[in-house]
Amino acid sequence: MSVGIQIQNAVKRYGDKTIIPDLSVEIHNGEFFTLLGPSGCGKTTLLRMIAGFNTIEGGDFFFNDKRINDMDPGKRNIGMVFQNYAIFPNMTVRKNVEFGLKNRPVPRDQIRSEAEKFMKLVHVDEYADRMPDRLSGGQQQRVALARALVIRPDVLLMDEPLSNLDAKLRVEMRTVIKGIQRDVGITTVYVTHDQEEAMAISDRIAVMSDGVIRHCGKPKDIYQRPADLFVATFIGKSNLIHAELVCEGASCRVRFGNGYSEEMPDVAEAARRNRKIVLSARPEELLVHTDLSGAGVGAVIKDSVFLGLNTHYFVEMETGEEAEIIQESRIDSILNPGTKVRLTLNAVKANAFDSESGRSLMRGVHNELEVDA
Amino acid sequence: MKTKRRRDIWTVLGLVLLLLFVIFFIYPCIRLLWEAFYTEKTGFTMKAFTKFFSKKYYYSTILNSFKVSAAVMLISLLLGIPFSYFFSFYRLKGRKVLFVLALLCTMSAPFIGAYSWIMLLGRSGVITKLLESVGIKIGSIYGFGGILLVQSLKLFPLVVIYMNGAFQDIDNSLLEASANLGCTGLKRFFKVIMGLTMPTILAAALIVFMRAFADFGTPALIGEGYKTFPVLIYDSFLSEVGADYNFASAVSVLAIILTAVVFLVQKFATSRFKFTINSLHPIQKKEARGVKGFFMHAYCYLLIAVALLPQFYIVFDSFRDYKGQVAQDTYSLSNYQNAIRKLLGRSIKNTLVISILALVVIVIIAVIIAYLVVRRPSGMSHTVDTISMLPYIMPGAVIGIALIIAFNTKYFSLTGTMAIMVIALAIRRMPYTSRSATATMMQIPISTEEAAISLGASKIKTFIKVTVPQMTSGIVSGAILSFVSIITEMSSGIFLYNNSTITLTLSTYNAITLGSYGTASAFATVTTLLTIVCLVLYLICTRGSEKMSV
Repeated sequence: MSVGIQIQNAVKRYGDKTIIPDLSVEIHNGEFFTLLGPSGCGKTTLLRMIAGFNTIEGGDFFFNDKRINDMDPGKRNIGMVFQNYAIFPNMTVRKNVEFGLKNRPVPRDQIRSEAEKFMKLVHVDEYADRMPDRLSGGQQQRVALARALVIRPDVLLMDEPLSNLDAKLRVEMRTVIKGIQRDVGITTVYVTHDQEEAMAISDRIAVMSDGVIRHCGKPKDIYQRPADLFVATFIGKSNLIHAELVCEGASCRVRFGNGYSEEMPDVAEAARRNRKIVLSARPEELLVHTDLSGAGVGAVIKDSVFLGLNTHYFVEMETGEEAEIIQESRIDSILNPGTKVRLTLNAVKANAFDSESGRSLMRGVHNELEVDA
Repeated sequence: MKTKRRRDIWTVLGLVLLLLFVIFFIYPCIRLLWEAFYTEKTGFTMKAFTKFFSKKYYYSTILNSFKVSAAVMLISLLLGIPFSYFFSFYRLKGRKVLFVLALLCTMSAPFIGAYSWIMLLGRSGVITKLLESVGIKIGSIYGFGGILLVQSLKLFPLVVIYMNGAFQDIDNSLLEASANLGCTGLKRFFKVIMGLTMPTILAAALIVFMRAFADFGTPALIGEGYKTFPVLIYDSFLSEVGADYNFASAVSVLAIILTAVVFLVQKFATSRFKFTINSLHPIQKKEARGVKGFFMHAYCYLLIAVALLPQFYIVFDSFRDYKGQVAQDTYSLSNYQNAIRKLLGRSIKNTLVISILALVVIVIIAVIIAYLVVRRPSGMSHTVDTISMLPYIMPGAVIGIALIIAFNTKYFSLTGTMAIMVIALAIRRMPYTSRSATATMMQIPISTEEAAISLGASKIKTFIKVTVPQMTSGIVSGAILSFVSIITEMSSGIFLYNNSTITLTLSTYNAITLGSYGTASAFATVTTLLTIVCLVLYLICTRGSEKMSV
């Protein structure tokens, strides 16, 4: 039976080094939850605390109402998938899958049929009696998944399970994983540093850095209304532009260094006062115009890269800042380096952050950590 | 990543190991030290040390041991490095055979070579007489020269084995790069290849030195007036006026100090050559053609032939009839019949029983040590590990003496039992096996164990079902090599055996000292046969690989 996970004020220290200072998060029953962050941010550490391979220096971990801090890893009823698969090289595929069942009071014939069922589920049943060294990386990963799922765990933990696969297989396997997770309906905690993978696979994502969850929410919310500058730059590509917020009553405008301004409709009420801001504009949120008359920021094309569907422009703005812009490719010729252009901002989508705290000034930021707190 | 530091089964196992080492190794060492400075008559005394340093007859033994071991080390390197270079860089004809024969040379019992060379080149040796008949006189092979000949020919294949591994790890692009920078031929060999393999050269040098230094049988047979320290220990232990433990202990302590110094010097030298090579492109072997190729083949095959000559001669000699000590020109199985009367059956049985028991003990302990060191790094794990490495610098004779002193008491008597032979061999061989087990353990990702634990397996079940099977390939080949060296071991056994625990090597040595040369050859041949069986097993286990752990 799947469970919800509650982590309250978790602390992790190695010696005098604190990896996770104080972390709380709630993972709902049955959801696909991803811990996303750069290497060294503490995401794997947190996962291993849930699994029981790392000590917990403070706080409480609950599976539903059951506190698991001091429970043996083997008793937590967790299915774990490791980065290097951790397939037992000395056992056949079938023996690998059956291993967990054999440690439980399950009758013999049921062990076999259950293992068979899950090998079928991940499509490795035809290799059942092979040794793992004769399987490809993707097949080994499927075996690892079957082995983790066959024990009907309460929670499935996955530690960068796709990072050892090649790009194409990675995309294929993440669809497989997502599909199986949905079918089995098991609470899953997934660790990755690949933001695209996280977006594709997760119900919710927690973006971590330095042992702190910066933003926890649905992929769409995190991408479109990131809670702070770190999240804005870590998830997807963002151009950071220094600008000013100028507010008159309920209306706020963003003003660039050269005086060009644009109305920002979604500034949060509490944030509506004049201040310096860092504007985060996704490459698709800056628009390129070749006619230089009209409002906007002047810029010069430094480089252009044609990628088929899109064309990427690297520009230097008259404010001295550089930006990357993505446009859907057009049938006419692409703009050559040296071309003078005018840029405007899609201010509905762009995000403004306080230049001192780096916190978002926008309305509609759904950070579920702050709701809990 | 750290796991929970709880007291569990591994803490208990670590403590048990520590206890075993304290009882069977540390305690004997302390008794040895005690014995060196204390006698019941005089109390605390430096008498033994003053005696040792007052007479050249005594103190020259340590010098002799050092001199001859250093010379053996040098000669072995000079013979072995070119051999391995030709072997690794050129496509020699019959290279597999060459390698197997080299293994055979180094696996054979040390003193059998000495015994055989005496029969070939000694005062009434076959070759000596042959040459005398045509008027050529060769000098005496007894003494320094003889020990040097026998040990160098036995130990140079060790250098070859070490160097083959090192040469395999050299990245071909490093050689291409040096050629590209104008460094080729001999210059490249000395500047680049030697530099890249220096850590291995030093490691090979150390093991050759230690083996030569600890060898008892060779100097005992062929040394004559050139006395080395294991022989001195043996003499004072078996002197006619009764065993002089005090003096034997003092000599042992001095020997350990010397080997410890050599060990530390080697460590220091090695630390100056610390680097890692990322070998992506192994060496491309070249054809050995023309005059150069001819000389390479000639060098390798001649060297191996000379090194194997004593082995072949022993086998041949074992079928020859003897009248007293004089060889006849008729051939039969009479030597084997004599050997059977002289406990051949019991010797074989003892050899196998003792060796297998010792091997089982070694492997179990080495695997546990490896697990403790790699997975449970703690003060205790490292203490156990360090203790298990100490015997590396202790010559077999010293371990033999220490065990006798410790366990020849009313309260705890083990002398004359098989147990004490097993303990001695286990201690002797522990450093090698625990090293290779630890290296193997490091290769095993911890995640498979975590997977097993998380799937509900107990710690012991995880260890037995998941960890140990992954170690087997690394351990089995090492274990077979250990087995061979246990079979051919003599230097500690000579102190510990009696008639009921006699082994093949000890029977051989006995027969030699009693002058029953033919019988000795029969014993030696059986030993060699056993060695060959192990070698074949080893080759089956390591199919194809030319790397090995010694």
